[in-house]
Amino acid sequence: MPILEVKNLSMHFGELAALEDINLAVEKGEILGLIGPNGAGKTTFFNCITGFLNATRGDIFYKEQNITRFGPHRVCKLGICRTFQIVQSFNEMTALENVMMGAFCRHHLTGDAREKAEEILKFTGLQDKKNQLAGGLTLADQKRIELARTIATEPDVVLLDEVMAGLNPTETEEAIGLIQKVHEKGLTIIVVEHVMEVIMKISHRIAVFDSGELIVDGPPEEVVQDERVIKAYLGEEYHAES
Amino acid sequence: MQSAKQFTSIFGGVLVLFLVAPLIIRDTQFQHLMIMLLLFTTLSQAWNLIGGFAGQVSLGHAMFFGIGAYAAMAPLNQWGLTPWIGMAIGGLVAMVAAVIVGYPVFRLKGHYFVISTFAVAEVVRELFSNWDWVDGPIGLDAPLVEQGWRNFMFYHTKLPYHYTLLIFFAVVMFVAFRMERSRMGYYFRAIKQRPEAAQAMGVNITLFKQYAFIISAFFTAICGSMYGLYVLHIEPSTVLSLDISIKIVLIAVLGGIGSLWGPLLGATILISLQEYSRIWLGGTGRGIDLIVLGALIVIICVYEPNGIVGLIKRFSRKKRKA
Ligand SMILES: Nc1ncnc2c1ncn2[C@@H]1O[C@H](COP(=O)(O)OP(=O)(O)OP(=O)(O)O)[C@@H](O)[C@H]1O
Ligand SMILES: [Mg+2]
Repeated sequence: MPILEVKNLSMHFGELAALEDINLAVEKGEILGLIGPNGAGKTTFFNCITGFLNATRGDIFYKEQNITRFGPHRVCKLGICRTFQIVQSFNEMTALENVMMGAFCRHHLTGDAREKAEEILKFTGLQDKKNQLAGGLTLADQKRIELARTIATEPDVVLLDEVMAGLNPTETEEAIGLIQKVHEKGLTIIVVEHVMEVIMKISHRIAVFDSGELIVDGPPEEVVQDERVIKAYLGEEYHAES
Repeated sequence: MQSAKQFTSIFGGVLVLFLVAPLIIRDTQFQHLMIMLLLFTTLSQAWNLIGGFAGQVSLGHAMFFGIGAYAAMAPLNQWGLTPWIGMAIGGLVAMVAAVIVGYPVFRLKGHYFVISTFAVAEVVRELFSNWDWVDGPIGLDAPLVEQGWRNFMFYHTKLPYHYTLLIFFAVVMFVAFRMERSRMGYYFRAIKQRPEAAQAMGVNITLFKQYAFIISAFFTAICGSMYGLYVLHIEPSTVLSLDISIKIVLIAVLGGIGSLWGPLLGATILISLQEYSRIWLGGTGRGIDLIVLGALIVIICVYEPNGIVGLIKRFSRKKRKA
């Protein structure tokens, strides 16, 4: 049984079909890469799963439970947590407090939540910055805090929306390492990323969206050679290079 | 966030000050000022829970204040019911009112909450103005009853009002202090800063806004009861007025929105200004306090949006660096 399964999912904004009849399943412990050109519907896909948008049609199953109409907080409580493409730090809170916000999901006492958050900060290499306000940190650090507080909710599935966009090569390397560490903890990960090298490196499987449709779904080596993918996403240039 | 130690010492100091002040200074004008100060600090702190910490600005808190005032005064007036029971009823009714106002709008984004609190408060005032049982626009006078704690009426001394309010002030301050460092306090701040990120962290933001509003409404109603019993006359155009709603907000804004000591600082300035301009300038001074206040608010908004608390923080940071 897949841990997360989406059946015939469509999301329409008026005339625009941001998602059209998507069928996709994710196995427990898998890292699924999700790629596609700008406006392909990747973020919309995350928004539907996490309850920020109500799908026009279709169903979403998590551990065999239909969660299609669940609100965001319920989805999080069940064990699916996401990051935001445009960072959404709690700017007026410290790094520690940001991560505590995630920890409060399972630990209702402040002391317990703080303990859990300290542990996650260590795990993500943020302990030096724990008393700094999140709003004053670099983009790389803020993205890392978002990942940290996401893990702090103790999810089974995490949805990462371009956690490496805007990072320099060293920071990207660190972020990749961190995602792999998170995966080793047994989490299932769906990761949206534009940089092909990154996606190729970390994904077990890749799904390609184009104009709201799932056009290809398979192992990384196959996906990069697929005609439709090359045409839709990678462009002639990448084709010529490889 | 202030450390617990720091809070406790300031809190202790403030309590001692309020404990001894009316015993040393027997001037009734001054005692009246202290009572108003305690009342409006507590009111503003109650507002601060929803408006400051959770960031949901209410411009209709007069409805809870008025409900509390009427709940204590009307049954006392009509049936001789002890106002303590009236107070409890007022608190409960205010909580129900908070649910009725909050339920339809807390699930929406944007400014619906501000608008609806404002509108509902106006409606509530109209209702009371047209309600014969509470003498409509004329309002209610406290009946001449035996003085004492049962009726919460004291004709020759202000001290019982002062100390009752002091206890209530202490309770509300303590609740705010505890709340700030509990899960609920973190959730309120998160809802104010990034509602969507809060949702992603598993926060039912609709529910937590509702909690903040209910608690706030309850405390505000109790303040209303105390006020009615103290001034002995209430009417819709005073206890249910937009004036009251605005004053509560202004105190918090002036002192520092969403901070524990903001209400006390704001009230100290605003209430002293108001009371002393009334005493010194009499009728001719009408409105001068408002002009000064308006100027202060403009300065605060331009120079330090976090109010006096923000100024103090900025100043102490500079000093530490120097
Ligand atoms: N709330 C919304 N209302 C209306 N249209 C929307 C909304 N959200 C997304 N869209 C539209 O849906 C389409 C898919 O957007 P989405 O953000 O999912 O793309 P994406 O694959 O994440 O792109 P990017 O790589 O740029 O992040 C776009 O055309 C976008 O304009
Ligand atoms: Mg996107």
